Amino acid sequence: MPLLDPKGPIGDGERFVIIAAFVLMLIVVVPVLVLSHWFPWKYRASNTKATYMPQWNYSTAIDLAMWLVPIAIVTALGILSWKATHKLDPYKPIDAAVKPIRIEVVSLDWKWLFIYPDHNIAIVNQLVFPVGVPLSFRVTSDTVLTSFFIPQLGSQIYAMAGRQTRLHLLAVEPGRYTGHNQQFSGRGYADMHFKAMAVSPEQFEAWVQKTGQSPDVLDQKRYEELEKPTVGHQVTYFSMVEPGLFDRVILKYISAEVPPGTLRTGAGPVQTNTDAGEER
Amino acid sequence: MFGKLSLSAVPFENPIIMGAVGGAILLGMAILVLITYYRKWTYLWKEWLTSLDHKKIGIMYIILALIMLLRGFSDAILMRSQQALAAGAAQGYLPPEHFNQIFSAHGTIMIVFMAMPFLAGLINIVVPQQIGARDVAFPFMNSVSLWLSVAGALLVMVSLGVGEFSKAGWSGYAPLTEKQFSPSTGVDYWMWAFQIAGIGSLMTGINFLVTILRMRAPGMTLMRMPMFVWTAFFTSVLMAFAFPVLTVALALLTLDRYLGMHFFTNALGGNMMMYVNLFWIWGHPEVYIVILPAFGVFSEVVATFCRKRLFGYRSMVYATAAIMVLSFSVWVHHFFTMGAGPDVNIFFGFATMMIAIPTGVKIFNWLFTMYRGRIRFTTPMYWTLGFISTFAIGGMAGVLLSVPPADYVLHNSLFLIAHFHTMLIPGSVFGFFAGYYYWFPKAVGFPLNEKLGKWAFWAWLIGFYLAFAPLYVLGFMGMPRRMEHYANPAWQPYLIVAAGGVAVILIGIFLQMIQLAVSIRQRHATRDLTGDPWNGRTLEWATSSPPAAYNFAKTPIVHDIDAFADMKKKDIAYRPPDRYHDIHMPKNTGKGFVIGVLSFVFGFAMVWYIWWLAVLSALGMIFTVIVRASDDDTEFVLPAAEVERIENRRFRQLTTAATNLPAGGQTPLHPLPAV
Repeated sequence: MPLLDPKGPIGDGERFVIIAAFVLMLIVVVPVLVLSHWFPWKYRASNTKATYMPQWNYSTAIDLAMWLVPIAIVTALGILSWKATHKLDPYKPIDAAVKPIRIEVVSLDWKWLFIYPDHNIAIVNQLVFPVGVPLSFRVTSDTVLTSFFIPQLGSQIYAMAGRQTRLHLLAVEPGRYTGHNQQFSGRGYADMHFKAMAVSPEQFEAWVQKTGQSPDVLDQKRYEELEKPTVGHQVTYFSMVEPGLFDRVILKYISAEVPPGTLRTGAGPVQTNTDAGEER
Repeated sequence: MFGKLSLSAVPFENPIIMGAVGGAILLGMAILVLITYYRKWTYLWKEWLTSLDHKKIGIMYIILALIMLLRGFSDAILMRSQQALAAGAAQGYLPPEHFNQIFSAHGTIMIVFMAMPFLAGLINIVVPQQIGARDVAFPFMNSVSLWLSVAGALLVMVSLGVGEFSKAGWSGYAPLTEKQFSPSTGVDYWMWAFQIAGIGSLMTGINFLVTILRMRAPGMTLMRMPMFVWTAFFTSVLMAFAFPVLTVALALLTLDRYLGMHFFTNALGGNMMMYVNLFWIWGHPEVYIVILPAFGVFSEVVATFCRKRLFGYRSMVYATAAIMVLSFSVWVHHFFTMGAGPDVNIFFGFATMMIAIPTGVKIFNWLFTMYRGRIRFTTPMYWTLGFISTFAIGGMAGVLLSVPPADYVLHNSLFLIAHFHTMLIPGSVFGFFAGYYYWFPKAVGFPLNEKLGKWAFWAWLIGFYLAFAPLYVLGFMGMPRRMEHYANPAWQPYLIVAAGGVAVILIGIFLQMIQLAVSIRQRHATRDLTGDPWNGRTLEWATSSPPAAYNFAKTPIVHDIDAFADMKKKDIAYRPPDRYHDIHMPKNTGKGFVIGVLSFVFGFAMVWYIWWLAVLSALGMIFTVIVRASDDDTEFVLPAAEVERIENRRFRQLTTAATNLPAGGQTPLHPLPAV
């Protein structure tokens, strides 16, 4: 089961939280399961030997216990969650000796576009990244609400038009993982998945080189073509990406001067383009 | 003339849909023919459609709920079989256009047109009787509420054959529901059906809020109200406060879709997350709207069949109140993955976990009510016991999802689907069934067959586990919800098991249909002459089965939480009053029905852009309300002599019951009251 077999620290942390919370809750749930079978059996009408107290309806000790035990468990769970929620915040960069790789994710109908601004390449419906290097995602949508998720690496995050969300992941083991959209988005939703390939740094360099030789170039015109709804779009490589493309995908929804559906050329990068500016 | 409507709106080319439409039309025709053949039109109109009697309105609500349960369940069969088939290269038999409508309809129907009418029905039948009242506070509004719900349900049904239903999920997230992404009529059907029924529910909430606060019998202080009345009260508060938010959210979406505004669009300042927030500000309290009345049923059932007072009544009341308040402070847990900061997420996560505390308290209350009781294993008790253990598991899954980092991986997965079905099937449907079996003899005068009921229960319970246990596993395998087909073949075996589970539940539903038929056939032998077939503890059992239109000839005086058990103990339960008085009763009126019909026409006209018809029906509704409001002659007097005649008949019946032990096939499980 992918969620119980994570391949990175975020997924690991989330698996720990799930198991810890599960064990904590068993403290209440196991007694409930035992009592809910034992009491009906013991106090069945045919068992006339069992004590019958029709007027008995209160016990301070039991009442206190049934409030205080759940309160104690929820408090413990609350503390655990507080720590885990801060530690596993998708916006929080992952500490690592190496510089993170920036990847910009655009969700389209019904495909994923991944832009590598540091390498000036882009790819549709496939994600390739080196093992051991933190991945710093900026995520947006050029269609309806979607959710970007690679189950074996951990956290998902929503992709929203006109907005940027952030996600940080790290793979520690090479492999081909499945990524997909986890938020229903219409006709082609079921086919909106991709392979997320964690490769060695050398393989990644080689892949970047190879992709850099693709004849296909992602400029405004090509993007508008890509934007058109397609189902099960094939993996496509782009050797060049028009600078600031990701920001303009966001900007076209929040800038009043730009009519929807057109891309503005020559606009500089918007505020959201820095790793430090952890905009929510 | 007909807006966007033309013959091409009917999907003649789709055999599955046309089969369903054909079946529905044939069934409807058969019913109409039967009514005509038996000359029951006048009876139907005079006794039912125009009735303002809360008990009859309640029964009609439950009929609506059961019909819509069949429709929603058919959708479940289609979804489960599609997913069992469509693995790898296989595409199954439903194209995405159809599959997406099916899951959207399934959710909308099960919440708005099955659970809501079911709980409204139970509350209608039971609450006025439990508080010793003759009717609800606003009997006419009650009728309007019912017919608005029916109108909404009818819109959903019509969308099957004329046009299409929404393909954007029952929650209708913007911007997918915006015109840009969903230009066809589907979303409009969903929106208007939801909106019309929602207004009905809002009025039901107001009605019972006032009824419970203002119409209790003397002596029934708040802290002497039966638990079911408390839960009905909290549910009414939730309805009155949560439904307006839904009304506004849908109204803003309507403005977007009809007038090109930009509340929730991607561009021009729209904010799709505002829709999501508004939807869940209604949507989470809604979960408790459908669950709390079921909790009330379980409380009544446990106390009655353990022959014991409910354990920790005060704790139970405060726990339920806590759930009501907290339910308004958790809505963000439906979208932790939006990218809000950790402090926001943990606030809502913690609020969610806190709900587990009062819920746990309630579970222990039920368990300790059984402790040192004398438990009779009747069908209502079966559903209750099935609920308690299953709900503990579903609750655990829910608390897990309330921890934000766990939700980051489980959100929108089949784990989530399994979780909320574990809350809503055992939590609410089992509760409604427990109430259906428990109060059936009260409402219609004869009980449901116990043996078939128990078989149905086992089919439901086993089917439920088979259908949803695999979904928990699939969630951990990373399978998202709402997949029309999927590439990962490892998921298929689990989905086949889940489909098998649905088949087992189907057997349960068949058994319930047979049970209903068998029980109706046996009704003369099993007739409940006592009015108190289960040795009940609360006031609804003090009336005859079915109760007289006025419920109580003389308003009872309450001295205890278990008011009727107290009366039986003091031997004053069956004492005729010294003299009878005239009783004022609301007259029947067809105006509620007319408003319902007009609201259906209005919804249909809006869906198809038939503006003249929309205007006419809207004016018609306003006109009907004005006519009703100007009518001062809405009551009639039932003379004391007539009341005496009805009551004397009841006392004779009680004497028969006391001498004819046991009465027919249903062996009384307790000594009959001495008269």
